[in-house]
Amino acid sequence: MNEGIKNVPLDKVPLDAAHRALGGQMVPFAGYSMPLHYGSIRGEHLAVRERAGLFDVSHMGEVNVTGPGALAFLERLVTNDVSKLSPGRALYTVMCHPDGGIVDDLLVYRDQEGYMCVVNAGRRDVDLEWMSQCLSGHDAQVTDVSAETALLAVQGPRAKAIVQSLSSVADLDAIRYYHHHFGEVAGVPVRISRTGYTGEDGFELYASAADAERLWSAILEAGSPHGLIPAGLGARDTLRLEAGFRLYGQDIDEASDPLSAGLGWVVKPAKGPFIGSEALAAIAAAPPRAFIGMKLGPREIPRHGHPIYRGARQVGAVTSGSFGFTVGAGLAMGYVEPQCATPGTELRIQLRADPLQEATAPVLALPFYKRPES
Amino acid sequence: MPDLSAYRFTKTHEWVRDEGAGEVVVGITDHAQSQLGDVIFLELPKVGASLSAGARFGAVESVKAASDLNSPVSGEVVAVNSQVSASPELVNKDPHGQGWLIRVRVEGDLPGDLLDSAAYDSFAQADSH
Repeated sequence: MNEGIKNVPLDKVPLDAAHRALGGQMVPFAGYSMPLHYGSIRGEHLAVRERAGLFDVSHMGEVNVTGPGALAFLERLVTNDVSKLSPGRALYTVMCHPDGGIVDDLLVYRDQEGYMCVVNAGRRDVDLEWMSQCLSGHDAQVTDVSAETALLAVQGPRAKAIVQSLSSVADLDAIRYYHHHFGEVAGVPVRISRTGYTGEDGFELYASAADAERLWSAILEAGSPHGLIPAGLGARDTLRLEAGFRLYGQDIDEASDPLSAGLGWVVKPAKGPFIGSEALAAIAAAPPRAFIGMKLGPREIPRHGHPIYRGARQVGAVTSGSFGFTVGAGLAMGYVEPQCATPGTELRIQLRADPLQEATAPVLALPFYKRPES
Repeated sequence: MPDLSAYRFTKTHEWVRDEGAGEVVVGITDHAQSQLGDVIFLELPKVGASLSAGARFGAVESVKAASDLNSPVSGEVVAVNSQVSASPELVNKDPHGQGWLIRVRVEGDLPGDLLDSAAYDSFAQADSH
């Protein structure tokens, strides 16, 4: 994902200086210089599961879709049913090519007037190009507001108490999961969204880039008595893996389709034709592969690209692999032939060719981690 | 940062410290641990194992990657740091001290191609760009 960008100057997020001051190890990611961690991925992962973590994910792309034809355009563009979305709600979806290949996965927020789509940083340019191509014939406008938008995520069991202590909203529990609300946090006007990419309760706060520093500092300060610490992309990746969330560029891409990726729940053929709907109907009839999870031992760490075998035959490969600090085991997600995807099926991952190291484990229903009911 | 003048280094980012009486202690460098990120576990040889200079003697698995450990010296393992097996984060916290990996009785002299601290620093800097 960060191949080939070594000689290209990296974009800075608004909080670049703040990350460096906190000891953030900055790495190139999707064209941005981003904090990988501030000392320990393990410590940041566990803080999010047990207390709270603050992530800067301002590299994500925000795209407004407005105009009288906005809904018709989005209904054609994405696989999920945007017409079901009332103001104040959000949904997760993918947008596909006509062949069913995934252009990107995204969140769509419904506002009083229009919609905001949140896309992956590494796909923003491709997405904008694709969206403008698909606009023809629709009375709608697509506006990239990524550069002026900062996005901070407060995640973890203490997230609500922390954001509540800074918020103008009387009771944040009125904002349910996958809902959003405009209000103030630390005096900064924000879109408060009850969403995240960690498997914990929490909020994603969209603010003006000019207010990012004020919002960041206020949350760090108010969160510190609760045990909140800043968390980087490293912990974000191990947390999302435990939660079974797909990562674009790793688990899904233009060569994969949402049905094989186990994202059939965001594909709504009943809403009528959309880009890719015919191809997806054919894939649904005979899916070529299926997305699975496997939990290995504490000393068996799978990696992207490791082959998966059943008996002597290779039946698939790992797309995301790492160590899950909360489940205490090596975790793999990946694609296998559909007849091998039933939970309980024993499969083998080759962790190393020389000397040969393999790990056998049953296929598991995702996610690996589910937060305790509060 | 501890005084590393008594340490010698490999281009594969291990360090070796002469303990006298023909024995050395081996670990991985601060640069290596910082590149690897949080160490999850270590695969280390048993006491009595015989090592040859430049050959793989184990592996370190981090969040980011699995990486081979290559022996800076030839000889026999006389001790393994049981503390790092139980708490691999010691390798991140104190790579040149408490995070040592193995103690080796060396056969003959130390190999001549080991780097001193200054030479290793400039090598590691060039390596990370």
